[in-house]
Amino acid sequence: MRYLPLTQTDRSAMLAKIGADDIDALFADVPAEALLKAPVSGLPMHASEMAVERHMKKLAAQNLSAADAPFFLGAGAYRHHIPATVDHIIQRGEFLTAYTPYQPEIAQGTLQVLFEFQTQVARMFGTDIANASMYDGSTACWEAIAMAGRITRRERAVLGPIHPHYVSSAETMARFTGDELVSVGPQLSADAGEDAVIAEIDDKTAAVVVQYPDILGRVPDLAKIADAAHAKGALLIAVVTEPVALGLLESPGSLGADIVVGEGQSLGVGLNFGGPYLGLFGAREKFARQMPGRLCGETVDADGKRGFVLTLSTREQHIRREKATSNICTNSGLCALAFSIHMTLLGGEGLGRLARINHARALTAAERLGAIPGVEVVNEGNFFNEFAVRLAGKDAREVAYALTRRQILGGVSMGRLFPDRPDMAEGLLIAVTETVSDEDIDYLAGALEEELA
Amino acid sequence: MTIYFTEDHEWISVEGSTGIVGITDHAQEQLGDITFVELPEVGSDYGKGDSVSVVDSVKAASDVYTPVSGTVTEVNTDLEEQPELVNNDAEGEGWLFKVTLSDKSELEGLMDEDAYKTFLESL
Amino acid sequence: MNTINRSGWKPEMGEVDVHAPEDAPTASGDRALNLEEPLIFELRAADGAGKCGVDFDDMPDAMSPGIAKFARKKQVELPALAEPETVRHYTRLSRQNYAIDLGPFPLGSCTMKHNPRLNEAVARLPGFADIHPLQPMDTVQGAYAVIEQLADWLMKLTNMSAVAMSPKAGAHGELCGILAMRAALEARGDAREVILVPESAHGTNPATAAFAGYGVENIPATKDGRVDLEALKARLGPDVAGVMITNPNTCGLFERDMKAISDAVHAAGGLVYCDGANFNAIVGKVRPGDLGVDAMHINLHKTFSTPHGGGGPGSGPVVLSAALAPFAPIPFVRRDDKGRLRMVEERQRPDQAPQSFGRMAAFHGQMGMFTRALTYMLSHGADGLRQVAEDAVLNANYILRSLEDVLDAPYADAGPCMHEALFSDDDLPEGMTTLDIAKGLIDEGFHPMTVYFPLVVHGAMLVEPTETESKAGLDRFINSMRSLAERAKAGDQSLKSAPHFAPRRRMDEARAARKPVLTWKAPPGPAGEPALCELGGS
Repeated sequence: MRYLPLTQTDRSAMLAKIGADDIDALFADVPAEALLKAPVSGLPMHASEMAVERHMKKLAAQNLSAADAPFFLGAGAYRHHIPATVDHIIQRGEFLTAYTPYQPEIAQGTLQVLFEFQTQVARMFGTDIANASMYDGSTACWEAIAMAGRITRRERAVLGPIHPHYVSSAETMARFTGDELVSVGPQLSADAGEDAVIAEIDDKTAAVVVQYPDILGRVPDLAKIADAAHAKGALLIAVVTEPVALGLLESPGSLGADIVVGEGQSLGVGLNFGGPYLGLFGAREKFARQMPGRLCGETVDADGKRGFVLTLSTREQHIRREKATSNICTNSGLCALAFSIHMTLLGGEGLGRLARINHARALTAAERLGAIPGVEVVNEGNFFNEFAVRLAGKDAREVAYALTRRQILGGVSMGRLFPDRPDMAEGLLIAVTETVSDEDIDYLAGALEEELA
Repeated sequence: MTIYFTEDHEWISVEGSTGIVGITDHAQEQLGDITFVELPEVGSDYGKGDSVSVVDSVKAASDVYTPVSGTVTEVNTDLEEQPELVNNDAEGEGWLFKVTLSDKSELEGLMDEDAYKTFLESL
Repeated sequence: MNTINRSGWKPEMGEVDVHAPEDAPTASGDRALNLEEPLIFELRAADGAGKCGVDFDDMPDAMSPGIAKFARKKQVELPALAEPETVRHYTRLSRQNYAIDLGPFPLGSCTMKHNPRLNEAVARLPGFADIHPLQPMDTVQGAYAVIEQLADWLMKLTNMSAVAMSPKAGAHGELCGILAMRAALEARGDAREVILVPESAHGTNPATAAFAGYGVENIPATKDGRVDLEALKARLGPDVAGVMITNPNTCGLFERDMKAISDAVHAAGGLVYCDGANFNAIVGKVRPGDLGVDAMHINLHKTFSTPHGGGGPGSGPVVLSAALAPFAPIPFVRRDDKGRLRMVEERQRPDQAPQSFGRMAAFHGQMGMFTRALTYMLSHGADGLRQVAEDAVLNANYILRSLEDVLDAPYADAGPCMHEALFSDDDLPEGMTTLDIAKGLIDEGFHPMTVYFPLVVHGAMLVEPTETESKAGLDRFINSMRSLAERAKAGDQSLKSAPHFAPRRRMDEARAARKPVLTWKAPPGPAGEPALCELGGS
């Protein structure tokens, strides 16, 4: 087998050195009735690289990939162009096949990348500090709620119109921890719902969680909500599912958010059918010791040379065990590298340009689609690169399916996101990034026109 | 002023009804470089044996238990900037907090300096 | 003869001293292939405005009125590098990393095995890498099929009834298993309060139980490094929700009494969680479902060779017993009566997943890891995976028996080890520690083993070679370990300051933790970061 270097001669020599008659002598502690005598049944035997590739390519061919269709899906996962440099660098074995940098003397490559990554995230978010990544945006969001609970010693959180998967992930955890979650779901309207969120904040509230831009693409007035939260002693958690937006919009930290979390997939990582993604996590410096996950810090070595180490580890599970701030261990290291390379290529100025292009594409698309009879742009004039349309009298889920029959991936239906909200069924969420061409927009508009006629 | 010791390596120096609490020199030596001390809140009440503070070193976090019941009246805020004071002078400048004793009889169960020395030798 | 050696090149060095002084400085600070690299923030030129590694069309200035008031006044203060600078920055940094591709990485319990490159190629097929998680289901049947096929492999290899595919890593999988257990207990009106965890467990176990709202108590170990069955039985009772047992355990030993443990826990009304971090030792040889396990996560980045990537991403599917299957999290893949694959994303409808404990994360799990793991399984096949476990165990025992005469091996007499060999610093002289051996290994050109874990052994050194090391490679490692043990025993003080030859010497970790510097800040003064231009001003 191509991945196993031992030969039969090696194996015999090693067994002799060990003093074992055969390999099963080494499995002597396994009860005889549990030790399998043959390969597990019902599974194929080994296969050549060529055969495996053929099998997997067949499966891949059963999917309609985004490159092969006009593509307008978003809702927490965005398709952006990733410079070729990114994938080249993350495939270097020194990054790809390294472990968590527990031995800093021979892991400065990974550690310096993490330090640069933390700085990039903190500056994008407008927070003092950021950690070395979480699994994804949704799990980072729950971790932020739990962290706010530790800081404020309160057990209630108010959730604004955030991604429904983020809400249900938090609800799963809250059900077991006993935290109270109040969810202010979105309405299919232009109103970003700041007042509805503010009305739910009381003096038992640990955190107010607001998505920026929100699940319909609207940009809420964060500063207003921050003031209201702080007046009651609560923390504001901002959730950013489309970090490219921060090239155009003021950072959440500068608008008063105490903790900012996000999904970093947009930069460097790609769609990957939902994972692996990249949880971003920033906060005020005074909360450093309440942060979940790994933190990389600067120090010096015995010769006084600058270097980096994982630090404040006493927060973490491998030391604090049941008193740890989180149980997270493995995070999204390689995705953080990909994000960081993409950000290094862009810089602040490039991110700004990318954001402007996204916004302009979305404006063009909204104008074109809004002119179609039966299509109403719900949050006209208030979106970054994603907006909702109402398809009067239609189930958007059906329309999305009809579009795929025309080889168009035309948006995420609200019915898919909010299956228990009939009032959202007419909504279709449309994301327009720099990858969408004018022809794509024409194609979608033409198809929609025909479907709705 | 009398100093008492616990089996968990805390010391308490008592004068009247006020005690000053810290960790012992032996404890700081075992922990290595102290990087952070989480101090209790002034004004809070604790029962004997409650975990009131945490002392972090690079690779360990250790709970500090109060040797007596009472109210915390003051904490050593110097430790916020200089946690290494605990390494340098655990039984002096590296004290953690002051407490008003609510039951002085609790001191009877603690060790004096000689008893603690003997206790350390037995470890 | 006037054409001889016109260029003047001469190979010999003549009379000069052939050795450079040990610490001879270079003007650059680099030393041949030992390259230092500044931070990107320091590489940025003083007039860096306008530099970018990505080309864009002219910047449009359209802005919708509703967001104009939230538009940033200044661009994000981050430097850009051109593509050649970027490639060079990261390539130079990469050379300061140790990696499996460079040599053995024997971190016990972490399973650093070779990462096949076919896995990488397959994961990058556009049909897998460039599809959106919320595409209409008919357009991603192949992706669902990957999930279904991987799930089938996992269930058959473990003899379990169901598998939850969405957990993002091992610890997330632990959480999934414990939440499923809790949901099942609650469903019978008996949530219970305590999870029992052996002292030797990974830190994630107690952290997970606490994260899920349980109290945590330790289970004592026997002298031979295994769970003390009698002590466990004595503690079981109506308050105990279950146990979390790692098998093979973190001392590298198979829990002989696993079935008896499961039976006792079940008899007391509890459930059995198995930490499957070490499944690579028994894959194809033992099916945990045969030992009474109710839930077990499988680290695809350990047993099934997906890359660790310097700390992730991982993937932690959880196999579940029939008792726990109804409580599995959403979403999951199911075949409908027309044979089409569907993603079940809702639990409200009674025909879907009414008892599911809910969703753990957005979307459907780590697809990029699923494709890699399935590729690996298909490559090895059922027969090859069995050989994987056998070779992993053989390699570990070979190391154990080749070093037990020079290093204390606390459980060497307890029988063969599984996939990892445990040593301690017990035989080393006063002042010589596990850390010194580990740092000495760095100078020998190896990554150190896991140190000071498990906690039950003082000065633990946990060595996991994995099946992808050759015998010659193992012999080199053994030779270095023997040399280090002998140097330590001889009191060689140079070990105390090792590593000497790595890109960095021992790091001041106390300084890092006392005054944490977690982001780069420009030094004050004219050497500081140049101001960035106003947005749109370039």
